[in-house]
Amino acid sequence: MTDFTPVSALVGGLIIGGAASLLLLLNGRVAGISGILGGLLSPVRGDTAWRVTFLAGLVIGAFLWTQIDPAAPLAIDVGLPLLVAGGLLTGLGARLGGGCASGHGVCGLGRLSKRSIVAVATFMLTCGITVWVMRHAIGG
Amino acid sequence: MTTTPMRRIIAALACGILFGFGLAVAQMTNPAKVLAFFDVAAIPTGGWDPSLALVLGGAVAVTLIAFRLIPAPGRRPLLDADFHLPTKTAIDAPLVFGSAVYGVGWGLVGFCVGPSIAALGFGDSRVLVFVAAMTVGAWAAGPVGRLLAQSGPAGSTGKA
Repeated sequence: MTDFTPVSALVGGLIIGGAASLLLLLNGRVAGISGILGGLLSPVRGDTAWRVTFLAGLVIGAFLWTQIDPAAPLAIDVGLPLLVAGGLLTGLGARLGGGCASGHGVCGLGRLSKRSIVAVATFMLTCGITVWVMRHAIGG
Repeated sequence: MTTTPMRRIIAALACGILFGFGLAVAQMTNPAKVLAFFDVAAIPTGGWDPSLALVLGGAVAVTLIAFRLIPAPGRRPLLDADFHLPTKTAIDAPLVFGSAVYGVGWGLVGFCVGPSIAALGFGDSRVLVFVAAMTVGAWAAGPVGRLLAQSGPAGSTGKA
């Protein structure tokens, strides 16, 4: 259980939206992170370096925040098998579905894309069902 | 010729840093925080954490404006000749099936794609395990997608 943190949630959200908007303004790209990662798995000449620096930037940005707030929490409550299963399904599903919470969520909803609205509704629903099953049906 | 690509690479780095910083500020890098949002069964007991809705709402409030104003006809991005926007419009089986699978993965651990990569900056080796598995899953989407296409209506009607 975590506490409701409205201020950091809203400020963080605005920064995320600002970063996605800046990538659109400068490079004309949608900040869909699974798509940016996917482009590295089937690389096209001349289209890889910006993907690497964007993903490296994600790590650097989060690292910078841990220097400002060393108590920033990171709590993973599952063991190795579920960690691996969750990773496999997240990567597989995001690429099959053409996007993740950043591509379909932050950018796709901003574009009012019908595909993204369907995608977000679908993954929100199956995520909620999965959490309910894991916490209350099995784990309860 | 070489200066503009280099600028794009640096611009992407700056955007990535800002994006990762925002994810960490919003605590989306913390799987427990994400799962606490999706645990709607906790609403009656007062244990529900609605933070994720404000994160997504705040981000979309900005992108709604940006995607209205920036890619106007006749305009181009500052560092590239054209916008690279998604062109697909069909609500098809891969979209729904893939999103459903993605949601299950998200719900198992509480990490999605961007936050898990950003969380590597926290220096926890378990995050590396997740990101490695996620990368294998993303790679597998190619062959799995082709397999699904073959077993779908288009493939099954053909002669064996």
